[in-house]
Amino acid sequence: MGANMNPTMLLVTILFLSVMGFYMGRKRSYAVADKVGGINQLHSRPTYYGSLTALWCAIPALIVFCCWLLFESRIITDLVISGLPDNLKNLPPDHLNLLVNDIRNLVNGNIVSGEPSPLMANAADHYRALNATSHASLTVIVITIAIAGILVIQKTINPALRARNHVERVIKYILIACSTIAIFTTIGIVLSVLYEAVRFFKIVPLSGFLTGLEWSPQMAIRTDQVGSSGSFGVIPVFMGTMLISAIAMSVAVPIGLMSAIYLSEYANRTFRSIAKPLLEILAGIPTVVYGFFAALTVAPMIRNSGGIFGLDVSSESALAAGLVMGIMIIPFVSSLSDDVINAVPQALRDGAYALGATRSETIQHVVVPAALPGIVGSVLLAVSRAIGETMIVVMAAGMSANLTLNPLKTVTTVTVQIVALLVGDQEFDSPKTLAAFALGLMLFIVTLILNVVALIVVKKYREQYE
Amino acid sequence: MNDTNSIRNINIVKQGLAKRYRAEKRFRLYGVTAITASLVFLAFLFISISSSGYTAFQQTFICLTVNFDTETFGGDNVDTESISSANYQGIVKRSLSEMFPEVTSRQEKKVLNSMVSSGAAYNIRKMVLENPELVGTTQQVWVPADDDVDMLIKGHMDRNSPDSERRLSAQQIGWIETLEKDGNIRKQFNTIFFTSGDSREPELAGICGAAAGSFFTMLVTLILSFPIGVGAAVYLEEFAPKNRWTDLIEVNINNLAAVPSIVFGLLGLAVFLNFFGMPRSAPIVGGLVMTLMTLPVIIIASRAALKSVPPSIREAALGVGASQMQMVFHHVLPLALPGMLTGAIIGMARALGETAPLLMIGMVAFIVDIPGGLTDPSTALPVQIFLWADSPERAFLEKTSAAIMVLLTFLIAMNALAVILRKKFEKRW
Repeated sequence: MGANMNPTMLLVTILFLSVMGFYMGRKRSYAVADKVGGINQLHSRPTYYGSLTALWCAIPALIVFCCWLLFESRIITDLVISGLPDNLKNLPPDHLNLLVNDIRNLVNGNIVSGEPSPLMANAADHYRALNATSHASLTVIVITIAIAGILVIQKTINPALRARNHVERVIKYILIACSTIAIFTTIGIVLSVLYEAVRFFKIVPLSGFLTGLEWSPQMAIRTDQVGSSGSFGVIPVFMGTMLISAIAMSVAVPIGLMSAIYLSEYANRTFRSIAKPLLEILAGIPTVVYGFFAALTVAPMIRNSGGIFGLDVSSESALAAGLVMGIMIIPFVSSLSDDVINAVPQALRDGAYALGATRSETIQHVVVPAALPGIVGSVLLAVSRAIGETMIVVMAAGMSANLTLNPLKTVTTVTVQIVALLVGDQEFDSPKTLAAFALGLMLFIVTLILNVVALIVVKKYREQYE
Repeated sequence: MNDTNSIRNINIVKQGLAKRYRAEKRFRLYGVTAITASLVFLAFLFISISSSGYTAFQQTFICLTVNFDTETFGGDNVDTESISSANYQGIVKRSLSEMFPEVTSRQEKKVLNSMVSSGAAYNIRKMVLENPELVGTTQQVWVPADDDVDMLIKGHMDRNSPDSERRLSAQQIGWIETLEKDGNIRKQFNTIFFTSGDSREPELAGICGAAAGSFFTMLVTLILSFPIGVGAAVYLEEFAPKNRWTDLIEVNINNLAAVPSIVFGLLGLAVFLNFFGMPRSAPIVGGLVMTLMTLPVIIIASRAALKSVPPSIREAALGVGASQMQMVFHHVLPLALPGMLTGAIIGMARALGETAPLLMIGMVAFIVDIPGGLTDPSTALPVQIFLWADSPERAFLEKTSAAIMVLLTFLIAMNALAVILRKKFEKRW
């Protein structure tokens, strides 16, 4: 067997071994059963003995495989760094990062900036050698574990072995593990964003961040440069987000709500079955398409029509981004409101009709007030969607953080700034990149609060009529 | 007394009635207007994109009469080595000046040569490498024209506008008209768009690289998110005791479904790239981030599918002696599978159109090569759209719209598949 397999091959090998284990385990159980008088004497059906073998072959091997691959590159990098000469090893972390990147590029055969020095070539060879050793030992260890698993279970198979219970318990643990991934994701988000944000707040005080009126994250590259100390006041960015979201909501709420009311109260079955999926197409269009549309069609249109009225419209106006975002959000408002309006008991409507109210009066004075908490919940969810929306604003809104409420001017948003700070070449420890995580933390907290409130409101409302 | 009162009341009601009916009509009209407005917008979006994008499926080619004389290929001993290192740029230039012998000055020649794409030499080289017998012959070869010529032929550039507003000079337009007269310039189906990776030259740029990147990303997402999502749903719906722990999981899933996608990108950057040191711009990292993003969608849809399986099925299975695990895996799960698949397809469609998290993990680089594996640097279709949308050339505008059309086609196909699945397997118990 080749001592050095690539990870994909190794994965296939593990799966193959595990399939083999299944057949071996099943065969073994038949053999064991024959000695004691047929498979009726077995505790479980033969398939379960096979499955047990397969599981014990695959699971430990896969766990080792995944952990190994996750930590491999980190450990190898550390080893390569420790093998570097002292003058390089003691470089500041950001320089060291660049160096490591260059070495990695050399290893992968990519183009590197400048002629690689012999030192770098050495380091790259070291990296390659370690990588090969690591892969070889991984192959050996994983295959040994897999085969050992098969052999151990083969030994323990006997008629009294409660294979089914055993397999079912293992599967149940796997299912539990699947369901906890959601929790780990949340923890991962909170920890990663919080950790970097805390590092940022060590450089820029939290109070300055939350109350500052100026946002210009360009830091001085050299200490003697003037005027580019970087200022991180989040208010203009936050106001820009609010302005664009407000424009979006002023489009989405009336249109979405009226569509929902019409669809649930007036429209006949056929119209509903056609119009509803068509509306939902709006939610399925990728946001990058909306962004392209906003930047290339809507923004020039607004600019030109503004010109007719003698208004000075910026080519990256908040209005264009907000308008298109509003259209994207219509289906969120309409389908959620549709649900809550449908949940209003028919008896309330019948009561209003009996008093002589017209349909629109019933809707305005009975149905909508009754459904109001649910509608508010759906609007809150839509607001959180608007705040977190990225591509439309990245493509159609501007970069400069102006503190203005004029929808014809350029504003920037939290998501635009995160993208601007993190895309492209960056050093990971500068306040500039860390600021993106602080903004991300803010975004996460705001949307989380909105979602939790909205879910509670909607849930309370549902219980009221159930 | 009582009678006159009620008559007066009726009169009041009757007087107001017309007004109330008008209000009713108005209200109804608002509803119709709202729906029409959104549908008109939808139509406007589709029409505006396809009208600016459909021309990208054709491309302008120029016919060159290429003389593959033996001298260019090293004289007497023509071998693979000399073929691959021959001066193809020179061959193209020579055939152009043979076509327009009146062009003599250096400056003019340069302008003339710029009308053929820089990829022409590469195409001819590939042709000769595949078929070395061409050496020594003269062939008619169709090579891609420069994007400015392409724009003119497609009518995106006005021939009669003043020179300063055009990217082509009057002289160039004259040459193009000569070519048109001789039938040496034509539009043909744009295969380059579907078979090549990104390029700085609009006429050589294609979506194949981005599509391959999207494919690998989606592959990872599907392989991970579907089994994990179904597993989680099965546990929560069939096995989980009702306690605070499972409540916590449920709240978590609902919240994750509403976390902005860019935050998942931040997670990917901090955890997968910086902590675990995984490669930047790799589809595997993109797939992992997308998995975390689509999991809540798949879990929620799968739970709904499991809920719709009636309890009588479970009771019958348990009644004939199945264990709980057997009941779930042999009876409930197969019945719920179509619903789960529908949810998975919808989740995948959303992931396919997602851009923001991919920007965070570096899948925005300019990558010419078509990725061949899970760790090769690559982009994805929506990211390619984002990148091209930023390019100033008019020709990229058309490519962007065409790429959007391709992406939307995929999305519509996936959603249609989901609808068909639902229709076909939907069961009313």
